[in-house]
Amino acid sequence: MQMRYLHNVASLRIDERKCIGCDVCMTVCPHNVIELRAKKAVIRDLDSCMECGACRLNCPVGAIEVEAGVGCAYAILRGMVAGSAPQCGGEPEACC
Amino acid sequence: MPKENRKPASCGCGSQLEPATGIQIERDTEASRGLVGSAPARLTLADRWGGWKVRWGIGRRRYRVRPGLYAVGKPDRESVVLVTANFKLSFDMLRRELGGIDAWILVLDTKGINVWCAAGKGTFGTDELIRRIELSGLRDHTSRRTLILPQLGASGVAAHEVKRQTGFNVVWGPVRARDIRPFLAHGMRAAARMRMVTFSLAERLAVVPVELVEAMKYFLLILAAWTLLNLIPGWGSMHRFLLGSAATLGALLIGTLAVPVLLPWIPVRSFALKGWLIGMLWALGIGIAQDLDAALLAGSLLLLPAVSAFLALNFTGSTTFTSQTGVNKEIRLFARPIAISALAGILLLLGGSVW
Repeated sequence: MQMRYLHNVASLRIDERKCIGCDVCMTVCPHNVIELRAKKAVIRDLDSCMECGACRLNCPVGAIEVEAGVGCAYAILRGMVAGSAPQCGGEPEACC
Repeated sequence: MPKENRKPASCGCGSQLEPATGIQIERDTEASRGLVGSAPARLTLADRWGGWKVRWGIGRRRYRVRPGLYAVGKPDRESVVLVTANFKLSFDMLRRELGGIDAWILVLDTKGINVWCAAGKGTFGTDELIRRIELSGLRDHTSRRTLILPQLGASGVAAHEVKRQTGFNVVWGPVRARDIRPFLAHGMRAAARMRMVTFSLAERLAVVPVELVEAMKYFLLILAAWTLLNLIPGWGSMHRFLLGSAATLGALLIGTLAVPVLLPWIPVRSFALKGWLIGMLWALGIGIAQDLDAALLAGSLLLLPAVSAFLALNFTGSTTFTSQTGVNKEIRLFARPIAISALAGILLLLGGSVW
């Protein structure tokens, strides 16, 4: 069963004018969020986007924008208290 | 914890990094230059025991293998090169899938963190991959210029940058190590389902223990305080002590176990609301079963669902499909109400009549 998170919230945006249709974003996306229409990458299922950032990092022409980051409440709360970016775990090198 | 384990292994060559069990470290001969060792495709009982322990959060921060190049079977210059993290569980899950396959495994220094988390933080990243290709002397061992990376490494590694700076092509392998065999058999092509991250009941249960252990630490603190309170003459009672402990334990288990298990069937998308809903059922159930008076019932309804909601919201960190923007929105919406509700609940419960 495919689970989706909050409706219409994910920050993923694709600039169709820059897109060259290489489809690497579709390969690296773990949630099948993107599809190719008329040789352009378009968002098929925004609510499935978890903002992992793989598509943005691997887009060779910088056509994708997404605010990728640590999506764990504890880390975000720690960050808020410390007035900084979300912080994972107890050690700087640790993760949630 | 021995002191030496606290040292950050940032150099990636620290002597405190023990080789994984069953892994033969090569002598430093000319033929094996740059090679860390050979790794069998079979896991030992010690490997499995170690894997089980880290699932429960025991020694999770120091469950590492030494970064570098490993040989599985008898690889030659034409053998495939697979890249993974130096979290031993990741390394083991990969090599156990390689029975009968001769391959190279290039282990990146991810500070003992799994591929996906490390990619998110950039340690399983473009720079480390490029550095490790050079440090390991990979070019001396393979004539191939193709690296197979786990797909979930893509949030840390930019394939086109690796190509530009090293000449190596990055091929995105399947999400799960257990699909590596069919992936290789089909000419390095992944079926659509191999590209999808899932979050099945089994996968949810696999991440529950760590959350459970963390919650239990808090429970023991609460229990200690609650025990002291109930020792106050004229206020405490055995019945109140047991009921309060059970109610709290239930709220913690709802947030860390029940919500993960029931995740797809709780009919709201917000994690805080998922936890709050089940926590509310629990609080109502206690209220009815114990015939609580108005103050205690109100206190329970304010406190218990808030506790479950917070823990459920925290579980977003372990899921495979929640986004940071979404979690931020939930925190903006729910953090204050949860805190206020919990505090009001505690005051009502402590000030209320005997439970």
